[in-house]
Amino acid sequence: MTSDSTAAPAPPRPARPRWAVQGERLLEALIRLCGVSAILFVVSIVFFLFREAAPVLVSESFDLGEFLFSREWYPTSVSNVRYGTLALTVGSVSVTALAMVLAVPFGLGAAVYLSEFCGPRLRETLKIVIELLSAIPSVVWGFIGLTVMSKLIVRFTDAPVGVNVLNGGIILALMSVPIIVSIGEDALRAVPDSFREAGLALGATRWQLVHRVLLPAARNGLLAAVLLGVGRAVGETMAVLMATGHAVQIPHGLLDSVRTLTANIAAELGEAPAGSDHYRVLFLTGLLLFVITFAVNLTADLAIRGIRRK
Amino acid sequence: MVRKERAEKAARGVFALMAAAMVVPLVSIVAYLVWLAWPSLGWEFVVDVPRRGMTDGGIWPAFVGTLYLVALSLAVSAPIGVLAAVYLNEYARDDWFNRLVNLAVINLAGVPSIVHALFGLGAFVYAARFGYSILSASLTLAIMTLPVIIASTREALASVPMAFREACWNVGATRWQTIRAVVLPNSISGILTGVILQVSRAAGETAPIMFTGAVFYKAVGRGELLPYGLDEQCMALSMHLYTLATQVPNVKESLPYATAVVLLGSVLLVNAAAIALRVWLRGLKKW
Repeated sequence: MTSDSTAAPAPPRPARPRWAVQGERLLEALIRLCGVSAILFVVSIVFFLFREAAPVLVSESFDLGEFLFSREWYPTSVSNVRYGTLALTVGSVSVTALAMVLAVPFGLGAAVYLSEFCGPRLRETLKIVIELLSAIPSVVWGFIGLTVMSKLIVRFTDAPVGVNVLNGGIILALMSVPIIVSIGEDALRAVPDSFREAGLALGATRWQLVHRVLLPAARNGLLAAVLLGVGRAVGETMAVLMATGHAVQIPHGLLDSVRTLTANIAAELGEAPAGSDHYRVLFLTGLLLFVITFAVNLTADLAIRGIRRK
Repeated sequence: MVRKERAEKAARGVFALMAAAMVVPLVSIVAYLVWLAWPSLGWEFVVDVPRRGMTDGGIWPAFVGTLYLVALSLAVSAPIGVLAAVYLNEYARDDWFNRLVNLAVINLAGVPSIVHALFGLGAFVYAARFGYSILSASLTLAIMTLPVIIASTREALASVPMAFREACWNVGATRWQTIRAVVLPNSISGILTGVILQVSRAAGETAPIMFTGAVFYKAVGRGELLPYGLDEQCMALSMHLYTLATQVPNVKESLPYATAVVLLGSVLLVNAAAIALRVWLRGLKKW
C-alpha cells in the first residue's frame, strides 16, 4: 500500500487565536484608512476653500476677470467695492522673481561645490548647516527683514523705508536657497559616476566636467530644485508680510513697497467679518494660491520623476 | 594646459564662495540677533509673564502655549502619518489609486501656510464648531505636518531591505507581524527623526495658528504649567514675536530680539538633536 495508513496522523496545525486574527484585520483596516487620509485631507482643503468662496463666485456683482486682472483692491470701500488682485499678483511675482534671481545662481553654485568640489567632512558639515538654515521659522525671517535688513537697506540705498521688494526678495532668497541646494545636490549625485569617469579619461578638468557634462545631465533634477524653491517663495506668508511693506500697488522699482497675495490674506482676514463678501474673496484668493502652488509642485515632481526613471 | 588649470582653480574658488555666501549671512545675522537680545535673555525671561502692556517682562504664556500646540498636533499627526506611510509602502499596490495618493501627499506638502490657516478657519473653527481654540489650532498644525511625516516615514520604511521582509514571509509570518517585528524596529530611527523635525516646524509656524486659536494676549500665572484648557485660546511664541515686532509700540528694544532668539534657539536645538540622533542611530545599523 502506498498510503501512510500505518503512520500516526499528523497533529493538527496550531491555529492562531481568533482574537489575534481579528485584531490584525482591524489594525490593517485602520492602516488602510490612514493611508487614504492624505487624499481625504487634500480634497477637504479644496472643499472648504470652495465652500467659503463659492457664494461670492456665483453672485452677479462679482466678475472673475475683474478679480484676476484689475489692479484696484478696495475691499472696504463703502461706495465702490472692488476686488482686483492684479497688484497683489504682481507683488508676489516680483518678490519671487527677485528671490530666484538671487537664490538660483548661489544655490546651484553651492550644490555644485557640495557635490563635486569639496571633501566629505566639509560636505557633511555644510549639509548640516543647510538643514539648520532651512529650519529657521518664517516669522523669524520676517523679523530679520523688518529689523536687520531694513536698516541695511535704508543705510545703503536712498529708500525712504526699508521694507520693500528688495527686502522681501533677499529674505525669500535666503529662505529658498537651502531647498535648491539640497535637491540640486541630490540631482547632481544621481548622475552616474561613469559620466565623470568618461570625462576624466578624456582629460577634462572638473570645471569642464561640470559645465559640459554634469549640468546638462542633471538638468531635470536641477529644474525641479528651482521649481520647488519657487513654490516655497510663492507660498511664503509671514516673512513677506513683515518685510515687504503694506502698499497694494504695482511696484515701479526695487525700492517700492508691495503686498503679496499671501500677505494680503494674512493682513485682512482678521478684519473681514465671517461670511461677508470680503471674507469670501479672501478665501477665493486662497484657492488661487492653492492652484498656483499645486501647478508648480506638480511640475517639479514630474521633473524629478523624469530623472528617477532614467 | 595652464589655462585649463587656472580655469579649474577659478571655478573651484567661485563655487566655494557661493557656498560660503549661504553660511556667512546666517552666522552674522544670528550673532547680531543674540547681541541685541542679550540684555533680556535669561531664565527669568522665559518664566516670567509679559508686563506693562507687553512692553516688558517675559514670554512664559507664549512659551507654554507653543509647547501645548506642538505636543497636541504631533499627537494627532505622528500616528496617522506613520500608519499612512506603512499603508503606502507595505500594503498598497502600485496602481492608479496609489499614485493618486502619492500626488495628494506631495500636493499637501506644498500648500502655503496661509491656505492651511484658511482651511483651519473654515473646517475646524466654523464647520466643526470647535471655535477659536487650542484644538482648532493644533488640528490645523497637524494637517500641516502630516505630509512631511508621511514622506519621511516612507523613506525610512523603504530603506529596510526587501530581504528582511522576504525572510519573515518565508517562515510564515503575516504582513502585520513582519511589519511589527522587523520593519518598524529597523526603521524607527528614520521615523523618529522625521517626527522630531516636524516639531520645530510646528513650533515656528504663525499663520495657521493666528486665525484659529492663537491670540494677542492671555493672562496666565507666572510659570504655570497647565494654564490653558482645550477650548481656550492661547498665546504662542511665533505669534508673540509677530505681535511684539509689529503691534506693540514702545516695546523695550531687546524684547522682540530675545523672543526671536528663544524661538530660533529652541528650533535649532530640536533640529540639532534630531540630526545627532540620526547620525548616532545610523552608526548602530549593521546593514
